Amino acid sequence: MTSLFDKLGGEAAIDAAVDLFYRKVLSDDSINHFFETTDMERQRAKQKAFLTMVFGGPNHYTGKDLRAAHAPLVAKGLNDAHFDAVARHLRATLEELGVTADQINEVMALAGSTRDDVLSR
Amino acid sequence: MFKICFEGIVYPCERSETVLHALRRQGVEVPFSCQHGICQTCMLRSLQGKAPAAARKEIKDTLCEQGYFLACQCVPEEDMVVLLPREADLYGRAVVLEKHFLTPHICRLVLKSATPLYYHAGQFVNLHRDDGLARSYSLASVPHRDKHLELHVKRMKNGLMSNWIYSELKPGDAIDLEGPNGNCYYLPGREVQSLLLIGTGTGLAPLVGIARDALYSGHGGEIHLYHGSHSRDGLYLMDTLRDLAKEFSNFHYMPCVSGERGEEGIRAGRADDTAFSDFPNLAGWRVFLCGSPPMVASAKRKAYLQGARLADIYADPFEVSDRRLKPRD
Repeated sequence: MTSLFDKLGGEAAIDAAVDLFYRKVLSDDSINHFFETTDMERQRAKQKAFLTMVFGGPNHYTGKDLRAAHAPLVAKGLNDAHFDAVARHLRATLEELGVTADQINEVMALAGSTRDDVLSR
Repeated sequence: MFKICFEGIVYPCERSETVLHALRRQGVEVPFSCQHGICQTCMLRSLQGKAPAAARKEIKDTLCEQGYFLACQCVPEEDMVVLLPREADLYGRAVVLEKHFLTPHICRLVLKSATPLYYHAGQFVNLHRDDGLARSYSLASVPHRDKHLELHVKRMKNGLMSNWIYSELKPGDAIDLEGPNGNCYYLPGREVQSLLLIGTGTGLAPLVGIARDALYSGHGGEIHLYHGSHSRDGLYLMDTLRDLAKEFSNFHYMPCVSGERGEEGIRAGRADDTAFSDFPNLAGWRVFLCGSPPMVASAKRKAYLQGARLADIYADPFEVSDRRLKPRD
Protein backbone atom coordinates (compact mmCIF):
# COMPACT_ATOMS: atom_id res chain seq x y z
CA MET A 1 0.00 0.00 0.00
CA THR A 2 1.32 3.45 -0.86
CA SER A 3 1.79 5.60 2.21
CA LEU A 4 0.26 9.04 2.48
CA PHE A 5 3.84 10.30 2.42
CA ASP A 6 4.25 9.04 -1.17
CA LYS A 7 0.74 10.03 -2.21
CA LEU A 8 1.34 13.60 -1.10
CA GLY A 9 4.56 13.80 -3.05
CA GLY A 10 7.28 12.71 -0.64
CA GLU A 11 9.79 15.02 0.96
CA ALA A 12 9.00 18.09 -1.13
CA ALA A 13 5.39 17.97 0.03
CA ILE A 14 6.49 17.62 3.62
CA ASP A 15 8.61 20.75 3.24
CA ALA A 16 5.55 22.71 2.14
CA ALA A 17 3.44 21.19 4.88
CA VAL A 18 5.93 21.83 7.66
CA ASP A 19 6.06 25.58 6.94
CA LEU A 20 2.26 25.83 6.85
CA PHE A 21 2.03 23.88 10.10
CA TYR A 22 4.89 25.57 11.98
CA ARG A 23 3.61 29.05 11.05
CA LYS A 24 0.18 28.20 12.43
CA VAL A 25 1.70 26.92 15.67
CA LEU A 26 3.95 29.98 16.07
CA SER A 27 1.05 32.35 15.41
CA ASP A 28 -1.17 30.76 18.08
CA ASP A 29 -0.84 32.78 21.29
CA SER A 30 -2.28 29.92 23.36
CA ILE A 31 0.78 27.75 22.63
CA ASN A 32 3.58 29.83 21.12
CA HIS A 33 5.12 30.67 24.50
CA PHE A 34 6.40 27.08 24.55
CA PHE A 35 8.54 28.03 21.56
CA GLU A 36 9.92 31.36 22.83
CA THR A 37 13.53 30.28 23.19
CA THR A 38 13.79 27.42 20.75
CA ASP A 39 16.20 27.43 17.85
CA MET A 40 13.87 27.81 14.85
CA GLU A 41 15.92 25.71 12.43
CA ARG A 42 16.15 22.86 14.89
CA GLN A 43 12.47 23.14 15.74
CA ARG A 44 11.49 23.10 12.08
CA ALA A 45 13.63 19.99 11.55
CA LYS A 46 11.79 18.28 14.41
CA GLN A 47 8.40 19.28 13.01
CA LYS A 48 9.49 17.83 9.70
CA ALA A 49 10.48 14.55 11.33
CA PHE A 50 7.13 14.49 13.11
CA LEU A 51 5.11 15.14 9.93
CA THR A 52 7.13 12.52 8.08
CA MET A 53 6.18 10.07 10.80
CA VAL A 54 2.44 10.83 10.81
CA PHE A 55 2.40 10.73 7.00
CA GLY A 56 3.91 7.25 7.14
CA GLY A 57 7.24 8.22 5.56
CA PRO A 58 10.70 6.94 6.48
CA ASN A 59 11.42 8.24 9.96
CA HIS A 60 13.35 7.58 13.11
CA TYR A 61 10.77 8.82 15.53
CA THR A 62 10.29 6.90 18.76
CA GLY A 63 8.01 7.37 21.74
CA LYS A 64 11.08 7.74 23.91
CA ASP A 65 12.28 10.78 21.91
CA LEU A 66 8.86 12.38 22.13
CA ARG A 67 8.68 11.82 25.85
CA ALA A 68 12.17 13.20 26.55
CA ALA A 69 11.73 16.17 24.20
CA HIS A 70 8.44 17.26 25.74
CA ALA A 71 9.23 16.57 29.40
CA PRO A 72 10.59 20.10 30.03
CA LEU A 73 7.42 21.55 28.47
CA VAL A 74 5.19 19.36 30.64
CA ALA A 75 7.07 20.79 33.61
CA LYS A 76 6.07 24.23 32.30
CA GLY A 77 2.40 23.25 32.12
CA LEU A 78 1.92 21.55 28.75
CA ASN A 79 -1.49 19.84 28.87
CA ASP A 80 -4.31 18.32 26.82
CA ALA A 81 -5.62 21.71 25.72
CA HIS A 82 -2.22 22.54 24.16
CA PHE A 83 -2.04 19.13 22.53
CA ASP A 84 -5.52 19.67 21.05
CA ALA A 85 -4.53 23.10 19.74
CA VAL A 86 -1.53 21.64 17.91
CA ALA A 87 -3.73 18.82 16.56
CA ARG A 88 -6.19 21.42 15.21
CA HIS A 89 -3.34 23.16 13.36
CA LEU A 90 -2.28 19.85 11.89
CA ARG A 91 -5.81 19.17 10.68
CA ALA A 92 -6.10 22.66 9.18
CA THR A 93 -2.74 22.20 7.43
CA LEU A 94 -3.91 18.95 5.86
CA GLU A 95 -7.18 20.52 4.77
CA GLU A 96 -5.30 23.39 3.11
CA LEU A 97 -3.16 20.86 1.26
CA GLY A 98 -6.30 19.20 -0.09
CA VAL A 99 -5.78 15.90 1.69
CA THR A 100 -8.94 13.74 1.62
CA ALA A 101 -11.08 13.31 4.74
CA ASP A 102 -10.17 9.61 5.03
CA GLN A 103 -6.49 10.34 4.88
CA ILE A 104 -6.84 13.17 7.38
CA ASN A 105 -8.49 10.79 9.82
CA GLU A 106 -5.66 8.31 9.33
CA VAL A 107 -3.06 11.00 10.08
CA MET A 108 -4.95 12.36 13.06
CA ALA A 109 -5.23 8.88 14.54
CA LEU A 110 -1.45 8.45 14.28
CA ALA A 111 -0.82 11.90 15.73
CA GLY A 112 -3.31 11.22 18.52
CA SER A 113 -1.46 8.05 19.47
CA THR A 114 1.49 10.17 20.64
CA ARG A 115 -0.58 12.03 23.26
CA ASP A 116 0.54 10.02 26.30
CA ASP A 117 4.22 10.22 25.36
CA VAL A 118 4.01 13.95 24.67
CA LEU A 119 2.25 14.61 27.98
CA SER A 120 4.52 12.25 30.01
CA ARG A 121 1.74 9.89 31.07
CA MET B 1 32.98 13.27 34.91
CA PHE B 2 35.91 13.82 32.54
CA LYS B 3 39.33 15.30 33.09
CA ILE B 4 40.64 18.29 31.16
CA CYS B 5 44.41 18.67 31.09
CA PHE B 6 45.58 22.23 30.39
CA GLU B 7 49.20 23.38 30.67
CA GLY B 8 50.12 20.26 32.61
CA ILE B 9 47.38 20.57 35.24
CA VAL B 10 44.31 18.34 35.35
CA TYR B 11 40.94 19.97 35.95
CA PRO B 12 37.73 18.00 36.57
CA CYS B 13 34.84 18.86 34.24
CA GLU B 14 31.38 18.24 35.68
CA ARG B 15 28.67 16.45 33.75
CA SER B 16 27.13 18.75 31.14
CA GLU B 17 29.69 21.44 31.92
CA THR B 18 31.61 23.04 29.05
CA VAL B 19 35.40 23.09 28.88
CA LEU B 20 35.32 26.90 29.04
CA HIS B 21 33.16 26.88 32.15
CA ALA B 22 35.23 24.19 33.87
CA LEU B 23 38.52 26.02 33.25
CA ARG B 24 37.21 29.42 34.32
CA ARG B 25 35.44 27.99 37.35
CA GLN B 26 38.81 26.68 38.48
CA GLY B 27 40.58 29.96 37.94
CA VAL B 28 42.17 29.37 34.53
CA GLU B 29 42.25 32.48 32.36
CA VAL B 30 41.49 31.60 28.76
CA PRO B 31 40.22 34.04 26.14
CA PHE B 32 36.46 34.08 25.59
CA SER B 33 33.80 36.55 24.63
CA CYS B 34 30.23 35.76 23.49
CA GLN B 35 29.82 32.30 25.10
CA HIS B 36 27.25 31.48 22.44
CA GLY B 37 29.44 29.65 19.93
CA ILE B 38 29.47 32.61 17.59
CA CYS B 39 32.55 34.78 18.09
CA GLN B 40 35.20 32.01 18.05
CA THR B 41 37.32 33.84 20.63
CA CYS B 42 37.46 30.80 22.94
CA MET B 43 38.94 28.47 20.33
CA LEU B 44 41.27 25.86 21.83
CA ARG B 45 43.19 22.98 20.32
CA SER B 46 42.83 19.40 21.48
CA LEU B 47 45.88 17.14 21.52
CA GLN B 48 44.02 14.16 22.96
CA GLY B 49 40.31 13.50 23.08
CA LYS B 50 37.97 14.60 20.33
CA ALA B 51 35.63 17.51 20.94
CA PRO B 52 31.97 16.68 20.18
CA ALA B 53 30.59 17.73 16.79
CA ALA B 54 28.66 20.66 18.29
CA ALA B 55 31.94 22.27 19.33
CA ARG B 56 33.49 21.84 15.88
CA LYS B 57 30.68 22.63 13.47
CA GLU B 58 31.48 26.35 13.08
CA ILE B 59 35.24 25.83 12.77
CA LYS B 60 36.99 26.02 9.42
CA ASP B 61 37.89 22.56 8.03
CA THR B 62 41.59 23.25 8.05
CA LEU B 63 41.54 24.21 11.74
CA CYS B 64 39.15 21.41 12.63
CA GLU B 65 41.63 18.92 11.26
CA GLN B 66 44.26 20.29 13.63
CA GLY B 67 42.01 19.69 16.62
CA TYR B 68 40.53 23.17 17.05
CA PHE B 69 37.16 23.49 18.77
CA LEU B 70 35.06 26.08 20.63
CA ALA B 71 35.55 25.72 24.39
CA CYS B 72 32.19 27.38 25.15
CA GLN B 73 30.33 24.73 23.13
CA CYS B 74 32.38 21.72 24.21
CA VAL B 75 30.79 19.38 26.74
CA PRO B 76 33.46 16.66 26.74
CA GLU B 77 32.61 13.08 25.92
CA GLU B 78 36.02 11.80 27.00
CA ASP B 79 39.13 13.05 28.80
CA MET B 80 40.89 15.80 26.87
CA VAL B 81 44.32 17.40 26.70
CA VAL B 82 43.83 20.94 25.41
CA LEU B 83 46.02 23.93 24.73
CA LEU B 84 45.78 27.51 23.57
CA PRO B 85 45.83 28.15 19.82
CA ARG B 86 49.10 28.65 18.01
CA GLU B 87 49.12 32.35 17.15
CA ALA B 88 50.31 31.71 13.61
CA ASP B 89 47.30 29.45 12.95
CA LEU B 90 44.76 32.09 13.74
CA TYR B 91 46.02 35.60 13.87
CA GLY B 92 47.15 37.98 11.23
CA ARG B 93 48.60 41.39 11.89
CA ALA B 94 46.85 44.51 10.68
CA VAL B 95 47.75 48.20 10.75
CA VAL B 96 45.27 50.97 11.46
CA LEU B 97 45.17 53.27 8.43
CA GLU B 98 42.30 55.54 9.42
CA LYS B 99 40.15 56.24 12.40
CA HIS B 100 37.41 58.80 12.35
CA PHE B 101 34.16 59.44 14.09
CA LEU B 102 30.91 58.82 12.21
CA THR B 103 28.84 59.93 15.21
CA PRO B 104 29.93 60.86 18.74
CA HIS B 105 29.56 57.17 19.67
CA ILE B 106 30.51 55.29 16.53
CA CYS B 107 33.90 55.31 14.86
CA ARG B 108 35.07 53.91 11.56
CA LEU B 109 38.31 52.00 11.51
CA VAL B 110 40.16 51.21 8.30
CA LEU B 111 42.67 48.41 8.66
CA LYS B 112 45.30 47.09 6.31
CA SER B 113 45.83 43.38 6.78
CA ALA B 114 49.45 42.19 6.47
CA THR B 115 48.31 39.15 4.51
CA PRO B 116 45.23 39.25 2.26
CA LEU B 117 42.02 38.29 4.01
CA TYR B 118 39.61 36.27 1.87
CA TYR B 119 36.17 37.14 3.13
CA HIS B 120 32.58 37.80 2.19
CA ALA B 121 31.05 41.20 2.88
CA GLY B 122 29.00 40.84 6.07
CA GLN B 123 31.38 38.46 7.86
CA PHE B 124 33.16 39.50 11.03
CA VAL B 125 36.69 39.50 12.44
CA ASN B 126 38.00 39.37 15.97
CA LEU B 127 40.42 42.06 17.06
CA HIS B 128 42.92 41.01 19.71
CA ARG B 129 44.69 43.58 21.80
CA ASP B 130 48.24 42.62 22.79
CA ASP B 131 47.11 41.72 26.32
CA GLY B 132 44.65 39.16 24.92
CA LEU B 133 41.44 41.18 25.12
CA ALA B 134 39.31 40.20 22.12
CA ARG B 135 36.11 41.48 20.52
CA SER B 136 34.19 40.78 17.32
CA TYR B 137 33.47 43.45 14.69
CA SER B 138 31.60 43.09 11.43
CA LEU B 139 33.24 44.02 8.16
CA ALA B 140 31.57 46.91 6.34
CA SER B 141 33.92 46.67 3.38
CA VAL B 142 33.49 44.64 0.19
CA PRO B 143 36.31 42.44 -1.12
CA HIS B 144 37.60 43.44 -4.60
CA ARG B 145 35.94 46.88 -4.33
CA ASP B 146 37.55 48.15 -1.16
CA LYS B 147 41.29 47.92 -0.81
CA HIS B 148 41.21 47.68 2.97
CA LEU B 149 39.07 46.38 5.79
CA GLU B 150 36.48 48.68 7.33
CA LEU B 151 34.89 48.23 10.76
CA HIS B 152 32.37 50.32 12.71
CA VAL B 153 33.01 50.40 16.42
CA LYS B 154 30.31 51.51 18.79
CA ARG B 155 31.52 52.90 22.07
CA MET B 156 29.93 50.73 24.75
CA LYS B 157 29.37 51.94 28.26
CA ASN B 158 32.16 50.24 30.25
CA GLY B 159 33.34 48.52 27.05
CA LEU B 160 36.99 47.62 27.54
CA MET B 161 37.85 47.25 23.87
CA SER B 162 35.67 50.00 22.43
CA ASN B 163 36.86 52.58 24.93
CA TRP B 164 40.45 51.62 24.25
CA ILE B 165 39.84 51.93 20.49
CA TYR B 166 38.24 55.31 21.09
CA SER B 167 40.82 56.85 23.31
CA GLU B 168 44.10 55.11 22.50
CA LEU B 169 44.27 53.24 19.22
CA LYS B 170 45.57 55.51 16.47
CA PRO B 171 46.59 55.36 12.81
CA GLY B 172 49.89 53.54 12.43
CA ASP B 173 49.25 51.17 15.36
CA ALA B 174 49.23 47.41 14.75
CA ILE B 175 46.66 44.99 16.09
CA ASP B 176 46.04 41.22 15.78
CA LEU B 177 43.13 40.12 13.70
CA GLU B 178 41.44 36.72 13.37
CA GLY B 179 38.83 35.71 10.87
CA PRO B 180 36.79 35.93 8.80
CA ASN B 181 33.90 34.30 10.66
CA GLY B 182 30.15 34.14 10.30
CA ASN B 183 27.54 32.95 7.83
CA CYS B 184 25.59 36.14 7.28
CA TYR B 185 26.56 37.17 3.75
CA TYR B 186 25.31 37.50 0.18
CA LEU B 187 25.76 34.68 -2.28
CA PRO B 188 25.23 35.37 -5.97
CA GLY B 189 22.43 33.49 -7.73
CA ARG B 190 18.71 34.14 -7.69
CA GLU B 191 19.46 37.63 -9.06
CA VAL B 192 15.86 38.82 -9.18
CA GLN B 193 15.04 37.91 -5.59
CA SER B 194 14.03 40.81 -3.34
CA LEU B 195 16.33 41.40 -0.38
CA LEU B 196 15.30 42.87 2.95
CA LEU B 197 18.10 44.12 5.21
CA ILE B 198 17.29 45.22 8.75
CA GLY B 199 19.92 46.45 11.20
CA THR B 200 20.11 48.35 14.45
CA GLY B 201 23.10 50.35 15.67
CA THR B 202 26.36 49.17 14.11
CA GLY B 203 24.38 46.26 12.68
CA LEU B 204 24.45 48.65 9.74
CA ALA B 205 28.11 47.75 9.07
CA PRO B 206 27.62 44.21 7.71
CA LEU B 207 24.43 45.29 5.90
CA VAL B 208 26.20 48.08 4.02
CA GLY B 209 28.76 45.49 2.94
CA ILE B 210 26.08 42.99 1.93
CA ALA B 211 24.04 45.59 0.01
CA ARG B 212 27.06 46.90 -1.91
CA ASP B 213 28.28 43.36 -2.57
CA ALA B 214 24.88 42.40 -4.02
CA LEU B 215 24.65 45.59 -6.11
CA TYR B 216 28.16 45.27 -7.51
CA SER B 217 27.51 41.57 -8.21
CA GLY B 218 24.66 42.64 -10.49
CA HIS B 219 21.76 41.72 -8.24
CA GLY B 220 18.68 42.82 -10.18
CA GLY B 221 16.00 42.36 -7.52
CA GLU B 222 14.92 45.13 -5.18
CA ILE B 223 17.13 45.69 -2.13
CA HIS B 224 15.54 47.41 0.87
CA LEU B 225 17.77 48.50 3.75
CA TYR B 226 16.20 49.61 7.04
CA HIS B 227 18.52 51.06 9.66
CA GLY B 228 17.18 51.67 13.13
CA SER B 229 18.39 53.72 16.04
CA HIS B 230 16.76 55.06 19.16
CA SER B 231 17.55 58.64 18.23
CA ARG B 232 18.67 60.67 15.24
CA ASP B 233 22.30 60.86 16.42
CA GLY B 234 22.65 57.08 16.14
CA LEU B 235 21.98 57.18 12.40
CA TYR B 236 25.12 57.31 10.31
CA LEU B 237 26.30 56.98 6.69
CA MET B 238 23.01 58.58 5.65
CA ASP B 239 24.57 60.59 2.81
CA THR B 240 26.55 57.61 1.54
CA LEU B 241 23.46 55.41 1.51
CA ARG B 242 21.28 58.07 -0.11
CA ASP B 243 23.93 58.46 -2.81
CA LEU B 244 23.95 54.69 -3.29
CA ALA B 245 20.17 54.80 -3.72
CA LYS B 246 20.61 57.47 -6.43
CA GLU B 247 23.24 55.37 -8.19
CA PHE B 248 21.22 52.13 -8.14
CA SER B 249 17.49 52.38 -8.82
CA ASN B 250 16.84 48.99 -7.16
CA PHE B 251 18.42 50.05 -3.86
CA HIS B 252 16.19 51.67 -1.23
CA TYR B 253 17.35 53.04 2.10
CA MET B 254 15.11 53.83 5.04
CA PRO B 255 16.53 55.23 8.29
CA CYS B 256 14.21 54.86 11.31
CA VAL B 257 14.17 56.33 14.81
CA SER B 258 12.24 54.53 17.54
CA GLY B 259 12.51 57.13 20.32
CA GLU B 260 11.93 60.37 18.43
CA ARG B 261 9.57 61.86 15.91
CA GLY B 262 10.24 61.22 12.28
CA GLU B 263 11.22 63.95 9.84
CA GLU B 264 11.72 64.33 6.11
CA GLY B 265 13.36 61.06 4.97
CA ILE B 266 13.45 59.50 8.44
CA ARG B 267 10.65 57.26 9.63
CA ALA B 268 9.38 57.10 13.22
CA GLY B 269 9.27 53.58 14.69
CA ARG B 270 11.46 50.55 15.02
CA ALA B 271 13.30 49.51 11.87
CA ASP B 272 11.98 45.93 12.03
CA ASP B 273 8.35 46.96 12.62
CA THR B 274 8.53 49.53 9.84
CA ALA B 275 10.02 47.06 7.38
CA PHE B 276 7.53 44.32 8.21
CA SER B 277 4.55 46.62 7.83
CA ASP B 278 5.90 47.96 4.50
CA PHE B 279 6.31 44.38 3.21
CA PRO B 280 3.68 42.10 4.73
CA ASN B 281 4.36 39.29 2.25
CA LEU B 282 7.95 38.06 2.28
CA ALA B 283 7.41 34.81 0.39
CA GLY B 284 10.43 34.36 -1.87
CA TRP B 285 12.50 37.10 -0.19
CA ARG B 286 15.97 36.82 1.27
CA VAL B 287 16.28 38.53 4.66
CA PHE B 288 19.36 39.75 6.54
CA LEU B 289 19.13 40.74 10.21
CA CYS B 290 21.98 42.30 12.18
CA GLY B 291 22.12 44.01 15.54
CA SER B 292 20.77 43.53 19.03
CA PRO B 293 19.98 39.87 19.82
CA PRO B 294 16.33 40.48 20.91
CA MET B 295 15.62 42.42 17.70
CA VAL B 296 17.28 39.72 15.59
CA ALA B 297 15.37 36.91 17.34
CA SER B 298 11.96 38.55 17.07
CA ALA B 299 12.57 39.75 13.51
CA LYS B 300 13.58 36.24 12.46
CA ARG B 301 10.30 34.83 13.71
CA LYS B 302 8.35 37.68 12.13
CA ALA B 303 10.08 37.27 8.76
CA TYR B 304 9.28 33.56 8.82
CA LEU B 305 5.65 34.16 9.77
CA GLN B 306 5.37 36.68 6.92
CA GLY B 307 6.40 34.04 4.44
CA ALA B 308 10.21 33.96 4.17
CA ARG B 309 11.78 30.50 4.19
CA LEU B 310 13.95 29.89 7.25
CA ALA B 311 16.82 28.97 4.93
CA ASP B 312 16.55 32.44 3.38
CA ILE B 313 16.89 34.28 6.69
CA TYR B 314 20.44 35.23 7.63
CA ALA B 315 20.95 36.49 11.15
CA ASP B 316 23.92 38.04 12.88
CA PRO B 317 23.05 38.79 16.52
CA PHE B 318 25.57 41.15 18.13
CA GLU B 319 26.10 39.45 21.47
CA VAL B 320 27.42 41.95 23.97
CA SER B 321 30.68 40.63 25.33
CA ASP B 322 31.40 40.25 28.95
CA ARG B 323 28.05 40.67 30.59
CA ARG B 324 29.75 41.16 33.94
CA LEU B 325 30.62 44.66 32.84
CA LYS B 326 27.11 45.68 31.94
CA PRO B 327 25.92 48.39 34.26
CA ARG B 328 23.61 46.94 36.87
CA ASP B 329 20.51 49.09 36.85
